[in-house]
Amino acid sequence: MSTVAVLVEAREGVVTQPTFEALTLARTLGTPVAVWIGEEPAAAEAASLGVYGAEEVRVVAVGDEARLPAKAAAALADATGDAAVVLMISNFVNKEVATRLALATGAGVVVDAAGAELVDGHVETMQTVFAATWNVRTRIATDKAIVGIRPNTTQAVPAETPGAAIVVGVAENLPEARETVVALEPVPAPEGVPLAEAPVVVSGGRGTNGDYTLVRELAELLGGAVGASRDATDEGWISHEHMVGQTGTTVTPALYVACGISGAVHHRGGMQASGTIVAVNIDPDAPIFEIADFGVVGDLGDVIPQAIARIKEVRGA
Amino acid sequence: MRILVTVKFVPDLQSQRSFTEGAVTRTGDDGTMNELDENAVEAALQLKEAAGEGEVYALTVGGDDAVAAVRKALQLGVDHAVHVSDAAVAGSDVFGTAKVIAAAVEKINDEAPLDLVITGMAALDGLTSMLPTALAAELDWAQLTLASGLTVDGSTATIVRHLPDAHETVSASLPAVVSVTDEANKPRYPNFKLIMAARSKPVTTWTLADLGIAPESVGAGAARTVVVDASPRPPKEDRTVVTDTGEGGVALADFLIERGLA
Ligand SMILES: Cc1cc2nc3c(=O)[nH]c(=O)nc-3n(C[C@H](O)[C@H](O)[C@H](O)COP(=O)(O)OP(=O)(O)OC[C@H]3O[C@@H](n4cnc5c(N)ncnc54)[C@H](O)[C@@H]3O)c2cc1C
Repeated sequence: MSTVAVLVEAREGVVTQPTFEALTLARTLGTPVAVWIGEEPAAAEAASLGVYGAEEVRVVAVGDEARLPAKAAAALADATGDAAVVLMISNFVNKEVATRLALATGAGVVVDAAGAELVDGHVETMQTVFAATWNVRTRIATDKAIVGIRPNTTQAVPAETPGAAIVVGVAENLPEARETVVALEPVPAPEGVPLAEAPVVVSGGRGTNGDYTLVRELAELLGGAVGASRDATDEGWISHEHMVGQTGTTVTPALYVACGISGAVHHRGGMQASGTIVAVNIDPDAPIFEIADFGVVGDLGDVIPQAIARIKEVRGA
Repeated sequence: MRILVTVKFVPDLQSQRSFTEGAVTRTGDDGTMNELDENAVEAALQLKEAAGEGEVYALTVGGDDAVAAVRKALQLGVDHAVHVSDAAVAGSDVFGTAKVIAAAVEKINDEAPLDLVITGMAALDGLTSMLPTALAAELDWAQLTLASGLTVDGSTATIVRHLPDAHETVSASLPAVVSVTDEANKPRYPNFKLIMAARSKPVTTWTLADLGIAPESVGAGAARTVVVDASPRPPKEDRTVVTDTGEGGVALADFLIERGLA
């Protein structure tokens, strides 16, 4: 079986859930190995990769040096020379890394994939395009394939037989980059589950009038993350990290609840592939109702508290 | 300050469209310049205006209808429009497209050096955001991508880049490829005077031969990825919309509970 390399994503040294999802997918494509670029992993973290099937954990110990995509791609190329497939989580930075890696290796690349499988020896991927209104299947024609996979599109399942997760050091020889990071201001990690990974997202838009109390309360009750529309983040009601949509975060949770969001095409493009969509909007003609599995035409100030009370009541019973 | 802006012709996202043989079928009247490229045009015009001198080029690659994208850029106030059109470009992947754009950039650069290429953060039809990186690599210029702020000071460009874990400030020497987000600025509207003036401005049209590119090195044949199937997502069945007459919240909760979601 051929080697399938998975670029590990770690947050404050801890492996993220989408990494385990990618490893789960990697097992269906070949023999998974994990590639860790950054600080040396803690033993328990390297071992957690074995739980999801990683036979090796290849460490390129470059600290924060590989922030620039050109450097990260070079480190990844060094660690994945033997891999037929390189999987990574599809986000803005990794798309740049994937592009550079493809140019360095001649590989074909698909990003924003919702799945991948081997068909006649080639990797084929599934994606949605045009604001998530079309399904597309793409074949990667080259021998080497690079796939950016969206969080929440594969269910992470531990391997029946764990991988050995042997830690292997990869020599670091990062190239000079044309760019310099002159300042870095860390963004505090979000409380709870990050938006892109959350199984439930409750979003508020202009209809909240800036008060996110109810949206937060419902999100917390359902174990989800808080999202927002662009209008809400533009108003400064909530920080930009919460924005769902084509220029914000793309989410595919099992449940998406849109509160006081009209459903503009830019917003829909970032959430339309969600499992179940629920909308609360005072305007019966709001476009969000066209894609909602369940909609309530009403004031969110009435509907949401009542829903929260009802869920608590049923759970308590 | 000499700046080239890449603009893409995209189908109107609100309109109907279809795929045939892996490519998007479009009709001439339902497309326009990619909305996010308006931010790129705006960034270029603002830099030129601040410098008090300079020239801005808009460049598009695509079939006959793609000229609408550079026409829109002319209406916004760019000085020159270039349309690379060649049947052999059809079906190119991002690497083929980057190769064609890079060759056009180099041709203009040879006339007089360019300081910047500015692009939008993504094309709203496909959204891969890979082109700016591929173009920077192809040109071997610095890559300053996803800029929500851009300043140029002498021969150095500096951007602010909002990533989920950090806000980065990144600098590089010119020339550089910059992609700007929709947070970078507020695009202007074309005014009547510019719309009228744009009508008489010429659009330079180049073929692959003009750029010295072998047709077989780009296009569908050279693409590393092939769309093998495309279909509209089936409309959802069992959709319900209720009107709140005092029990809407209960109905919502019951729906979630019934589906095992609450
Ligand atoms: C290039 C570009 C990119 C963009 N990218 C994004 C993106 O990534 N994400 C994004 O979200 N937007 C994006 N936008 C903006 C997008 O076009 C919309 O303007 C935005 O999504 C609208 O936000 P909204 O739904 O909160 O506000 P509105 O459209 O104003 O809708 C508010 C809704 O709230 C309802 N409402 C009001 N009061 C109540 C109440 N008491 N109870 C219940 N309902 C109520 C109203 O009926 C209305 O439907 C982008 C725009 C552009 C031009």
